[in-house]
Amino acid sequence: MAQADITQDTGADGRLDKLTTADGTPLKVSIRRAMRRNKLIAFGLTAPLLFFIVFSFLMPIFDMASRSVENHQIPEAMPRTVAVLEGWNGQEVPGEAAFEALALDIQEGQRTRTIGRAATRLNYQEAGMRSLIMGSARRADQLEPPYKQALLEVDDDWGDLDVWRLIKRESGYYTASYYLNAIDLTYSDTGEIVAQPEYRQIYVMLFVRTLWMSALITGLALLLGFPVAHLLATLPARHANLLMILVLLPFWTSLLVRTTTWIVVLQTEGVLNDMMVWLGVISDDGRLQMIYNQIGTIVAMTQILLPFMILPLYSVMKGISPSYMRAAKSLGARPPVAFWRVYVPQTIPGMGAGGILVFILAIGYYITPALVGGQSGQLISNYIAYHMQQSLNWGLAAAIGTILLAGVLLLYATYNRIVGIDNMKLG
Amino acid sequence: MSQDNIVEFNHVQKSYDGETLVVKDLNLHVARGEFLTLLGPSGSGKTTVLMMLAGFEVPTHGEILLNGTPINAVPPHKRGIGMVFQNYALFPHMTVAENLRFPLDVRKISRADAEKKVQRALDMVRLGQFGNRRPGQLSGGQQQRVAVARALVFDPDLVLMDEPLGALDKNLREEMQLEIKHIHEQLGVSVVYVTHDQSEALTMSNRIAVFDDGVIQQLAAPDMLYEEPDNAFVAYFIGENNRLHGIVKQVNGKSCEVELENNGGTVKALPVNVAGEGQRTTLSLRPERVEVNPTNGIDNSFDARVEELIYLGDHIRTRVRVCGNDEFVIKIPNAHGHARINRGDTVKVGWALQDCRALDA
Repeated sequence: MAQADITQDTGADGRLDKLTTADGTPLKVSIRRAMRRNKLIAFGLTAPLLFFIVFSFLMPIFDMASRSVENHQIPEAMPRTVAVLEGWNGQEVPGEAAFEALALDIQEGQRTRTIGRAATRLNYQEAGMRSLIMGSARRADQLEPPYKQALLEVDDDWGDLDVWRLIKRESGYYTASYYLNAIDLTYSDTGEIVAQPEYRQIYVMLFVRTLWMSALITGLALLLGFPVAHLLATLPARHANLLMILVLLPFWTSLLVRTTTWIVVLQTEGVLNDMMVWLGVISDDGRLQMIYNQIGTIVAMTQILLPFMILPLYSVMKGISPSYMRAAKSLGARPPVAFWRVYVPQTIPGMGAGGILVFILAIGYYITPALVGGQSGQLISNYIAYHMQQSLNWGLAAAIGTILLAGVLLLYATYNRIVGIDNMKLG
Repeated sequence: MSQDNIVEFNHVQKSYDGETLVVKDLNLHVARGEFLTLLGPSGSGKTTVLMMLAGFEVPTHGEILLNGTPINAVPPHKRGIGMVFQNYALFPHMTVAENLRFPLDVRKISRADAEKKVQRALDMVRLGQFGNRRPGQLSGGQQQRVAVARALVFDPDLVLMDEPLGALDKNLREEMQLEIKHIHEQLGVSVVYVTHDQSEALTMSNRIAVFDDGVIQQLAAPDMLYEEPDNAFVAYFIGENNRLHGIVKQVNGKSCEVELENNGGTVKALPVNVAGEGQRTTLSLRPERVEVNPTNGIDNSFDARVEELIYLGDHIRTRVRVCGNDEFVIKIPNAHGHARINRGDTVKVGWALQDCRALDA
């Protein structure tokens, strides 16, 4: 063999076993050694981003997802009660032992100021639980044996079987009740999973609304963005640059400014209504309600998300050689046929990328619907924000958020299965 | 207007910016069944001519006839001209068979007939088994053959090819040249072919139109073009040639005497394109027409100093200094008993009057 540095060991069965370098080290080992330095440098360069992503993205997401099932408040604040209720059959109000445990938990909880958390936690499940527990806690030092009698004197709700069933149900370190709540289900008094009463059903409707509005916004963005992207890709550079600036200018403008601009345009006394009244299209009393409802959300979000559709479409279209259309025409296809059968299929990677980008951004959109959505234009993310900031029910916010995240991942996986993520081109 | 011409360009001009003409007063007839090549450097206007014929560019002035009818106002999809593009333009989202069926589908040809035609076209380019592949899964040469098959599958009378072999490597290119030439001979279809590669043009064409600066410099069969160039550009562009500059001293019918620059001496040449006595001229002389140690009585004979020898297998390329020009090249065939010379030698070289063409300056 003419090769000087590489020898081939032939195994007993005559098959090529492994390649070694001249000094006998296996070739793979020495390649790995030679590459190690480059790998370390590459890792060093990406490490800051990696740590940033881990700390600011992956960990918060993991933390959020765990909050949606975490239930440590009750087992931590009421350990004695939880222990006693473990052996309880749930058929009738428990006996003195349970009341004693409860009273001691409340007394200690009042001292260490931890009972409030358990009270709040239980109140998410059943309104009134917080006042029941905190009312008893305020009079904790008066509680003396026999505790059952003492507690019933403080509040006769302690004699309610459902209260005890609730405490037992939520006594584990993990709970499914946030997720049930997020999809409008709840536990019945007997512990079965049932639909929420109709007046409390809201989240399923919000999820559905978020999905269809996002789909509609994506469709509108595609409809409006496709011709613009096509122009951008085909116009001579001088005009295309101007058009590109027009596309990017709103992109660089503050989101808040753009949203409030739509208020100016669309409100009842706004520019558009004034113009239509002036033109006589509508009468002065017949001014259209175009903002603080779904129309406002759809119009404003479509405009705001449009660049996310145009840019990937543009980058794909830019790569489609004009000779394809020429070839189709030279082969006898009328221009519309050539466009539909030859040009459009080649833009699918761009439509997919733009579509998925706009859709994912839309289902998580928050500021715009909050400002221009009124009541009917609110999306699920507005309720996540509400539970984060107003009701402080972080567990429920986390559950809704996790469902949203799972939905996005599912969508992504479906897209990957159908179109292939390699086909996606973001720019 | 003759029915023997499939295409006629009558006084066609084209300008993109209204300031310069890319094509200047083009008059060109393509005979039925002919393989005509438009050859020229980039920017010479040859591709513009092809695009006007295909219908993608509109002539600024003049008329183009296809089968005797003016087609200036006919859109490309109604011209029925097959076209092979520079980068093939095979539709990447369709299989090879779907690519070939496309022109048949848009012509509403029945499914069964279309299948038959597609298979026949694929067999013609020896890709019968590749119908279900995507263009991206084929090699460059295979894609090229698919592009040719697609341009022919709907039986057009005329096929245009825009530098179709430019992206292939040398061996494949030469193979494809012959293949396209044979397909042309088999089908009898007319072909207008654009290239900047002169050997490609010489290999394939019945006639070649040499373009430069928007004007046809010469339109002739390949051998005529090579052996009897009309002007200095054609002589320079087609094949290798030695150029000697000088002033015409005397013209006597079929011969003239030219005094060369730099005191190079006086050369007897064939006056082809000279302005007259006392005017500047360029002499064109093919390297293979120069003899080393010529027989007595040859028209021109000079002492030459050998500057460089390059061994190229079938011939030895010899650069000599002669007539005040040190870029003078001679090809010595590597035959039995060829002249053995060494660098630094002084040898006699000579050439016949007919091989030395006096052209425009």
